[in-house]
Amino acid sequence: MHLDDAGVAYGHRFVWRHADLEVARGEFVVVLGPNGAGKTTLLRVLLGLHPLTEGAVGVLGGAPRRGRHQVGYVPQRRSLDPDLNVRARDLVALGVDGSRWGLPLPGGATRRKAALVDAALEAVGASAYADRPVGRLSGGEEQRLLLAHALVTQPRILLLDEPLASLDIRSQGVISALIARVARERGITVVLVAHDVNPLVPFVDHVVYIARGRVVSGRPEEVITGETLSALYDYPVEVIRDSRGRIVVVGLDDRDSHHD
Amino acid sequence: MVHSHFTWNLVSDWHQLVYYGFMRHALLAGGIAAVLCGAVGVFVVLRGLSFGADTLTHVGFAGASGAVVVGLNPVVGLLGLTALMAVALGALEERLRGRDVVIGMILVLTLGMGLLFLRLYSGYSNETYALLFGAILALSTRDVVVVAVGALIALAALTAMFRPLLFASLDDELAEARGVSVRGVAIAFLLVLAIAVAAATQVIGALLAVALLIAPAATAQRLTGRPGLSVLLSVVIALAVTWGGLALAFWLPYPASFFITSLSTLGYLGVRLLTSGVMPARRRPVPRLAASAEG
Repeated sequence: MHLDDAGVAYGHRFVWRHADLEVARGEFVVVLGPNGAGKTTLLRVLLGLHPLTEGAVGVLGGAPRRGRHQVGYVPQRRSLDPDLNVRARDLVALGVDGSRWGLPLPGGATRRKAALVDAALEAVGASAYADRPVGRLSGGEEQRLLLAHALVTQPRILLLDEPLASLDIRSQGVISALIARVARERGITVVLVAHDVNPLVPFVDHVVYIARGRVVSGRPEEVITGETLSALYDYPVEVIRDSRGRIVVVGLDDRDSHHD
Repeated sequence: MVHSHFTWNLVSDWHQLVYYGFMRHALLAGGIAAVLCGAVGVFVVLRGLSFGADTLTHVGFAGASGAVVVGLNPVVGLLGLTALMAVALGALEERLRGRDVVIGMILVLTLGMGLLFLRLYSGYSNETYALLFGAILALSTRDVVVVAVGALIALAALTAMFRPLLFASLDDELAEARGVSVRGVAIAFLLVLAIAVAAATQVIGALLAVALLIAPAATAQRLTGRPGLSVLLSVVIALAVTWGGLALAFWLPYPASFFITSLSTLGYLGVRLLTSGVMPARRRPVPRLAASAEG
């Protein structure tokens, strides 16, 4: 996956431009940046849902194209209607053949599809609630389900938009570890948009940050520093190490800053 | 009213029911409209389009009354204007979900226009009454054929787009990423909905048409989480309430539209009461922290 001097504009305003990015196969990339910086736009460009205004983009040795089985996508969550009575399993199954015309006919294809769906649900530990209505799942269950949906076509790239948002602290850790494990086992390249980098620190190979129209990438130890993050968010941020040497990122009190 | 009496001999009752041509027409057209509305309704409910569907029925009323003013067949105006509005709504908004203000305004505007057209024509008449509340017992052979042809086209389209439509109705972003043309599906579905609305208007009238579109589908949704089965159940329920309502109207001196809407609402209420303990509670008893620890 790569971007060369790429830029995206809505109307005359560039969201970001002059972006250069190189993601190697099997890498775990976390995309950071303030709200509205264009993180989701980056994922939509990689999905082929939004064209570049300038520059070039390549995904798996070609231009991005929507509907590819090699690319799995987990969109940002809005909560589903709790009265929506459709089984979790059916949502995953639509990942296999949801864009096809006509009715699915019973036979070999349907059996193969069921096997794929079962395997994907199993891989993310969602088999237990596969027959429950999607509207009734908890936040963590829903993220697992969406991950199963993205994995069901056996993709080589996984694009995730804030999969940890609105999860409790434990679910954040569990889901991060799950994504990292599945990606490692299957050699999947991951691009994950996040606000809170803490649960992802153990897994990340590469950090991309988007702010004020610029896209910059680097090694985690280069980017996850108090200086860089403070500049990125325009807000005082400190990076500290806990008793086990793990990195923790904290936003500081606004009192001493020159923030408006 | 016809001099017929309900007996406990169901065979003789059946013969009474189908003895008259108008009843055969009513059962046939009602049945076709019920099958179509039952199937389309599942997606109306899934997409949260109940209010949008209701608006289309009012648009249909304005179209039909407008057609009468200029001397056209009301069905032409009914289908024409609902289809036009369907395309407009689908093109303007990929989703009508949460657009109640716009939809509500279209609804009252078109109802007002319908009223104007009726005044221009002849003031209140039998035709007004038929458009608003249905005239299922007064359908001609041609009316039945029109409903049948429309339903055939709509059901074929619905079958063809079943999976992309279901996908886009559940989650438009996932569907879009998988290559579904979300906007195309939205417009195509609204066109199918326009045909269903026209068929339902012929049977129970513009003001009540939405009952046949929503109640059976909502009832089926309470009963199963399988989309295919949900469509099947919804069709069966719609058929049952339509034919049941017609039979009641045949023996009792009250309008068929009243029985059809009452039966469908009662069916929904009954199923809702029965299943309230069956479906997993909205608020789950385990706190999320414990729930997420299971895997």
